[in-house]
Amino acid sequence: MKMVGVDVGGTFTDVFVLDEADGTAAVAKVPTTRPDQSGGFLDGIGQQVSDLSEIAVVVHGTTAGTNALLERKGARTGVITTQGLRDVLEMRRRDRPRTWGLRGDFEPVVDRRHRLEVPERTLADGTIRTQVDLDAVRAAARELQAAGCAAVSILFANAYANPENEALATQAVRAIWPNEHVSCSSEILPEIREFERFSTTALNAYLQPEVSGYLDRLETALKKGGFTGEFMIVQSNGGVMGVETACRTPVRTALSGPAAGVIAAGYIATTAGFPDVITGDMGGTSFDVSLIAGGQSMLSPQTSIDFGMVVRTPMIEITTIGAGGGSIAWVDRGGLLNIGPESAGSNPGPVAYGLGNDRPTVTDANVVLGRIDPDNPIGGKLEQLDVEAARRAIDAHVGQPLDLDTEQAAEAVLRVANSRMAGAIRLVSIERGFDPKRFAFMPFGGGGALHAGAMLAEVGIARAIVPRYPGVTSAMGCVIADMRADFVQTINALVDGLDTGVLTAFMQVHVDDGMATLEAANTTFEARVASFELDMAYIGQTHTVAVPLEVTVANGAVTPPTKAEIEAAFDKAYAATFGRLLKNGTRRILNLRSAVTGTRPKFDLRTLAPTETQAANPKATRKVHFGDTWHDTAIYDRLALPIGTEINGPAILEQPDTTVLIEPGLTGRVDDYGNTVITKDSA
Amino acid sequence: MSEIDPITLAVLAGRMEQIADEMDATLFRAAFNPIIAEAHDASHGLYHATTGDTLVQGKSGLPIFVGVMSFAVKAVIEKAAADGDLKDGDIYIFNDAHIGGTHLSDMRLVRPYFRDGALFCYLASVGHWHDVGGAVPGNYNPAATDVFQEAFNLPPVKLARAGETQQDIIDILLRNTRLPQSAMGDLNGQLGALDLGVKRMDELLDEYGGDTVEAALAALTDRAEALMRSELSGLPDGRWEATDYLDNDGIVDEPLPLKVALEIKGDEMVLDFEGSAPQCAGPVNIALPTTVATAYVAIKHIFPALPANAGVMRPIDVKVPEGSMLAAQFPAPTGGYTETILRMIDVIFSAAAQAAPERIVANAYGTINALSIAGKRRNGQPWVMFSFYGGGHGGSSECDGLNHGNAPISTATIPPMEILESVYPVMFRRWALRPDSAGDGMHRGGMGAVYEIEVLEENGAEAFLFGERGRFAPKGVAGGADAALNVFSYATDSGFAHPPLASKMRGIVLRQGQSVILETPGGGGYGPAENRDPDAIARDVARGLVSADHADEAYGTAWREART
Repeated sequence: MKMVGVDVGGTFTDVFVLDEADGTAAVAKVPTTRPDQSGGFLDGIGQQVSDLSEIAVVVHGTTAGTNALLERKGARTGVITTQGLRDVLEMRRRDRPRTWGLRGDFEPVVDRRHRLEVPERTLADGTIRTQVDLDAVRAAARELQAAGCAAVSILFANAYANPENEALATQAVRAIWPNEHVSCSSEILPEIREFERFSTTALNAYLQPEVSGYLDRLETALKKGGFTGEFMIVQSNGGVMGVETACRTPVRTALSGPAAGVIAAGYIATTAGFPDVITGDMGGTSFDVSLIAGGQSMLSPQTSIDFGMVVRTPMIEITTIGAGGGSIAWVDRGGLLNIGPESAGSNPGPVAYGLGNDRPTVTDANVVLGRIDPDNPIGGKLEQLDVEAARRAIDAHVGQPLDLDTEQAAEAVLRVANSRMAGAIRLVSIERGFDPKRFAFMPFGGGGALHAGAMLAEVGIARAIVPRYPGVTSAMGCVIADMRADFVQTINALVDGLDTGVLTAFMQVHVDDGMATLEAANTTFEARVASFELDMAYIGQTHTVAVPLEVTVANGAVTPPTKAEIEAAFDKAYAATFGRLLKNGTRRILNLRSAVTGTRPKFDLRTLAPTETQAANPKATRKVHFGDTWHDTAIYDRLALPIGTEINGPAILEQPDTTVLIEPGLTGRVDDYGNTVITKDSA
Repeated sequence: MSEIDPITLAVLAGRMEQIADEMDATLFRAAFNPIIAEAHDASHGLYHATTGDTLVQGKSGLPIFVGVMSFAVKAVIEKAAADGDLKDGDIYIFNDAHIGGTHLSDMRLVRPYFRDGALFCYLASVGHWHDVGGAVPGNYNPAATDVFQEAFNLPPVKLARAGETQQDIIDILLRNTRLPQSAMGDLNGQLGALDLGVKRMDELLDEYGGDTVEAALAALTDRAEALMRSELSGLPDGRWEATDYLDNDGIVDEPLPLKVALEIKGDEMVLDFEGSAPQCAGPVNIALPTTVATAYVAIKHIFPALPANAGVMRPIDVKVPEGSMLAAQFPAPTGGYTETILRMIDVIFSAAAQAAPERIVANAYGTINALSIAGKRRNGQPWVMFSFYGGGHGGSSECDGLNHGNAPISTATIPPMEILESVYPVMFRRWALRPDSAGDGMHRGGMGAVYEIEVLEENGAEAFLFGERGRFAPKGVAGGADAALNVFSYATDSGFAHPPLASKMRGIVLRQGQSVILETPGGGGYGPAENRDPDAIARDVARGLVSADHADEAYGTAWREART
């Protein structure tokens, strides 16, 4: 049987096919089809698999949810909420879009007309002060339906503490709502903090019709082609879920696409012997950085998809700065060279594309310096790059204002861009308490490998590792990712006053639900693991510490943790974070977080390794500018290089979707898996 | 000093900004108290060795610190000159607001950075500590008539001598706070940030050499000045005045005028505050450093791309008359400085809007509304719910103002209602936008908010409010209308009442089941109301943000034919 990973990006749909029987893998890259992406999806799979009934699992990393949020293309959505609270979604946490300037406004995805209040109130301790008025709930649901809402969310105050009112209301709405698109805050995120819970739930409702429609179309098309296996979706946390779960909780796919890439990067780097790695994905408008320590990617509890659009579900932490290939270089009125944040994107794109942009970009600097082959642009969209136009733009906008010649100006653009990318890498590690020097750097995406050497120099990183197929990392990640279900429940109790029976009951529900999800998935797991974490702090502190809790689950039954165990776990985690404990501090538990993971069998990356044994010779030589002069630089066909090949810089390794630059003073070595490991030559 | 090439300059600019950013990140991660850890009420930077001028400052700190930190460094430079024994490894600490600006909660650490035995620059860290003694926890005492009632006052003293931490000083600090553990945690975080700054500066200087970095610092200051001059040249020459008022100082019920004359001549600007109120009895005074820093905050809001560098202020002359509340003398109380600096920003915007309306955003809601509700639980345990509340931002040439934003001097978010309800015996009956609270205009202001808070504790509670804009509304610009006033109501046995001093009051007694209602102002409008798109008016009415009557009155009735 075969496992298939599919990543649908803006330009290309990437497919990664793993044959479980013999461990071999194959990749395909086809244009993404619009507006119905299922065309490219099936076309890509079809290039490698002729009989869809041979496929056991299709795993999909999707940007459908992300795009619907960013482009505000979700469904018309209604809100039914507690009296007095209809504006929570619009008021946010009283923030603003940018620190400086005070400009900008905000429209929530649910119009104020479609946010209706009903009599009901639960207090913070779970006491019901006002019973929910179900007639009012039903009337509100009918009003929203009449107003054309295709989805509805039910958002009640303190529903994390006692979901009773909300559950009754949800039941009443589901009885009369014409479709399945009813989201309820205590089901989606039973966690304290009303804005974050309401926002996540409302965005879930907003996405439900769009994302479930899209996934249905894909699944139907797959089945029509004879596919009878399991269809799964990558979540923002880097784990996968079944398609039914995805249709019910589409908000968990908000960062599905990039998460899969980070999962693959972590696996490739760990396999290659570098479990501490920082990934850098360079796209047209941005540079996305993610940190993996000990083979584990960092998870953040929430993210803002856009200003005021908060999604609180665990996500792989990805930091973005506006320094992509299309970022525009400009000199400000004080005479300082800047890169971005304005970008030419991929259309019109860099000046060299000849599609109408005349302001120089980072890619143009790479073209001017010979680092990108103008006669064979990657991506395959264009025949030829216009080097002269790029030179003119660099001259006019950078060279002349700074009194530099063309090559100096292009080098300046790259140095400033590299310095900003390096800054992002340093800050991402510092913020998490790591020294970036002990990490390897892994570029992926089209342009990242052009800048790998610069990251070694700027950050002091010892090595960069370029995966053998950097362009299909996300599709590969789909096949590697484990199945994972996350749960949260606010506990809000002092450890002294904790009823461990209540805590254990929640843990048991999470384990039962999670294991049932794994069971239903109909796929093989190497292991099934439940893990628990408590958000804890001393009383008076609002900042919580994540406290991992060692709990045995035997035959599916959770062994109740003792208060002493919880206290010891807190002290350990607290001391690790803050260096010292508080004498006489009272310990408080805010939330329980549980995760149930089904570990999927990994494939051997060696099957992707080169089979060539013949030492490769350069296929050409090109003049490339480094520092202050042009160097004759050997150009190699990267995929033809056998294992163990060492190439001294300056050199360029080319493959259809990536250019790897090895600068003077660096050496690239092909490892056992076909990765290129770039290191500094010892002096 | 050597000339520096433009490439190295651009790279070094980013590297040094990064050092300050990393110092910010280090403190945010390590700080104990959430005011620093979550609200980022802190700041770090590099300052000139002899003038104390800001060279580079972190991007994530609180806006007001961008201008005020150099005064802390200047104070230390003077003190060190007087002491005459500045050594590598010394660290000064102080909170005196009269020489360092802002208020006494802000603890400032200043550390000289030496290179090859010579002073190269200063590194500094400021953070808002949870409690520094004084009459009330958290140090926001609306009744204070001098600094001694606000907090303990620490002038610049050496916390470390040549690398040796002075435990005596730490002992004094910890004995003067209600939350010694929080204070110690924050202090450790600030020391850690300074250590990291020293380490990063060492690396940078090893890599580039002292001369190059020094040349870069000088060039960056020149560049900041050039940027500012270039922006000012783009504005017309002339002199424009604006006056606004504080309701009162919380002690004497008299309006306090704040007046500015903004004059632009070529590439220079004068901000003259002649005509502003003299020093007053209550805590709305501000010290001169705060005034200069606030001018800088206003200017950076108008020109957001300006760097955090003292060069920006070279072409700008801030004139403050002696004896003014904007140049208060020790020991005048300054704890309510937020209200005064918000009004300063408002008058600067109102004056500048006459020069270049399209560059200026109308006034934001203009008060932090510090509301405290406190009492004792049945078991005798005291509780204090203290928070600041939001309001609308001003309309701009681009769009309507933001609904329910934070104050222009801050980036702090509001605690979630559910957190407040879970920690304190209160229930929010309303946490909502306030219709008709924004100034009308081509682009109306953002909406203010309504918070209605009921006391659940059977012992009842006592409330105090320190707010503003109860008598003078946030102003529109470029022909836009003013927003609604700040309205505070509290329940009594004979219905709701309002504070005699408008938005300031102590000792409000509430019984169980009674509530207070805070209705905050929206933002001012931008441009004449008749230029507003009728569709936008109709949409506001359909959404219930603007009442039909208000719309008719402000905009005429044409919107009734428009699409929603």
